[in-house]
Amino acid sequence: MSLFLKFLVAAVAAGTPLLFGTVGEILNEKVGHLNLGVEGMMALGACAGFMTAYLTDSLALALLASFAAGVLASLIYAVLTVTFLANQNVAGLTLTIFGTGLSNFIGVYMISRSAEGTLKLPAKVTAALAAVHIPGLSDAPVVGELLFSYNVFVYLGVAVALAAGWYLYGTKTGLNVQAIGENPGAADAASIPVNKFKYINLLLGGGICGIGGAYCSMIINGGVWLSDSVGGLGWIAVALVIFAAWKPQLAILGSFVFGGLRVLKYYVPTGAVPIAFFDMLPFLMTALVLIVTSMRGSKGSHIPASLGVNYFREDR
Amino acid sequence: MNQNKTTSREPLFHVVKRPERSGRQMLLFRLGAVALSILAGGLFILAIGYNPIEIYGTILNGAFRSKIAVQSTIKITIPLCISALGATLAFKMKFWNIGGEGQIIMGGVFATYFALFHDDWPHLPLMIVCFLAGLIGGGLWGLIPALFKVKWNTNETLLTLMLNYIALYIISWLQNGPWRDPTANGFPKIAAFAKNAVLGKVLGVQAGWIVMLVLTVLVWVYLKFTKQGYEVAVVGESQDTARYAGIHVKKVILRTMFLSGAIGGVCGMLQACGTDATLSTGIAGGVGFTAIIVAWLCQLNPGMILVVSFLFGVLEKGSGVVQSSYGLSTDCAAVLQGIILFFILASEFFVRYAFAGRSSAKGGKKA
Repeated sequence: MSLFLKFLVAAVAAGTPLLFGTVGEILNEKVGHLNLGVEGMMALGACAGFMTAYLTDSLALALLASFAAGVLASLIYAVLTVTFLANQNVAGLTLTIFGTGLSNFIGVYMISRSAEGTLKLPAKVTAALAAVHIPGLSDAPVVGELLFSYNVFVYLGVAVALAAGWYLYGTKTGLNVQAIGENPGAADAASIPVNKFKYINLLLGGGICGIGGAYCSMIINGGVWLSDSVGGLGWIAVALVIFAAWKPQLAILGSFVFGGLRVLKYYVPTGAVPIAFFDMLPFLMTALVLIVTSMRGSKGSHIPASLGVNYFREDR
Repeated sequence: MNQNKTTSREPLFHVVKRPERSGRQMLLFRLGAVALSILAGGLFILAIGYNPIEIYGTILNGAFRSKIAVQSTIKITIPLCISALGATLAFKMKFWNIGGEGQIIMGGVFATYFALFHDDWPHLPLMIVCFLAGLIGGGLWGLIPALFKVKWNTNETLLTLMLNYIALYIISWLQNGPWRDPTANGFPKIAAFAKNAVLGKVLGVQAGWIVMLVLTVLVWVYLKFTKQGYEVAVVGESQDTARYAGIHVKKVILRTMFLSGAIGGVCGMLQACGTDATLSTGIAGGVGFTAIIVAWLCQLNPGMILVVSFLFGVLEKGSGVVQSSYGLSTDCAAVLQGIILFFILASEFFVRYAFAGRSSAKGGKKA
């Protein structure tokens, strides 16, 4: 039982960066933009967050910086695809290559300037990133460990996901936003400011991805800067959007399940199934989800109808 | 368009389509975009405290300073160019095959089987078999998303993406399990190929460069002069038109994706048997993604792809030299590639569209 509990806790921790990426990408896709730049936005967020924490000793500033980096990165994407009507796949991929490249580049540059030859987070930040301890609750058996033993990112992630879910599915604005993703022409005719909401959603989503990146650089490697800390998680996030059926609330469950798949290999008897199979599982699962939803046709799919297609008013 | 009378919130400018620019104007636009991106890259280099002219000079010099440098620049060009040619076929059909990585990997895996376990065969037949195996491996991997696309209209962008990772972990399984080199203690890896199973060199570079040149011509001829190539273009423009013209759309999609994947597979074979002389998880190493950028940058023109791949090769090889002489990371190349493409993507807008001010909007004239 305690091993299973440990597995669940590890799954939540491994799933948290995915949660940020997924929620960010859902906001993007809901306005019809399949942003393949998640990996790049997360990488830039990872770099900005880590370096800010390294230089300023402040976790709050680091979170802010990673959010800002994500916003700036997605601003490039938004200008190119919304205003300049560039191909979304190509713009997104370029953002990924640019983002991971720049992030690693700055990392190497900072290492070359540091006295020790490595970059390590200051003790104050590491302390702030330790598991939040709520007196009473955290000490409770099972429940305490399962619900109240995480670092601040985990709670922030769940809060962001719930807020995004409320925004998209619980407000009138969210309804308008969804209309843009389904049929921008009709939304425009209904005097919904299409491009304005596209920008808002893209930038907001980018910022959220950026915070997810900060998790990768600050937590996964134990507070030491390593190149490629995001390491493909952004792509899993793109996949998770399908798994979560474009619902941020479901993304919470989905990312913890995928987090579980990622750590599963440490909790099963070795030898029975090759390790590589466990690493493959998240992608295999997503491919299956993708295929099964497409088999069910438009009825079962929640994919925004205009996903991947830019909106040009005169083409209406 | 008179509904604006009640709302006075007409934007300052709006976007209109403009007549097609001449080929020369378009070329000027692209060159201008490249110049701007070099400028922007220079500002970035300046911002981190280096002299941009010096760094750019080092990149150029680094790629051409010696015969060996030129050879290794070409070695970088080969997979990029071939993989971009593969992507071109699919993109011409507006099939978003971003599974180049996976197709390279599967080509490599299929070819490696023969290179590892049949290295006692005579060299030339073995190489031909490896080549065909790579071609089929990549082709089949490209066929999977196409099958689901024609049967259930499954989103190919996301499915090809997932297949990249599935392929990657197939290698990781092979090198940890069935194909693990028993003589390498500790670190799991696949054994280096016997000399007989390694592709020979021509003029100091692995023979793949000949394949690259041949493929460039073949893809150009295929798209421009054959019936099948024409069908690809029509399906890409409009599936309804294609169907109306009696083109078997599903067949075209399946055939083209097999070919697109097969070219990627050939790239994988050349990497495994030519450059690496083994199979590792780094066989594709992002080439499949960069290739998409190259293909798009060149507007799916095979000749241009050859040129731009070489330029990207220069950028990458030169960045390696920048790393060794200035201690800057090779990621410099990725940053510059990204900047160039951002500018090109933005410039394409001005080729096809224009901003119109408020006054010209009143007339509602069509450009």
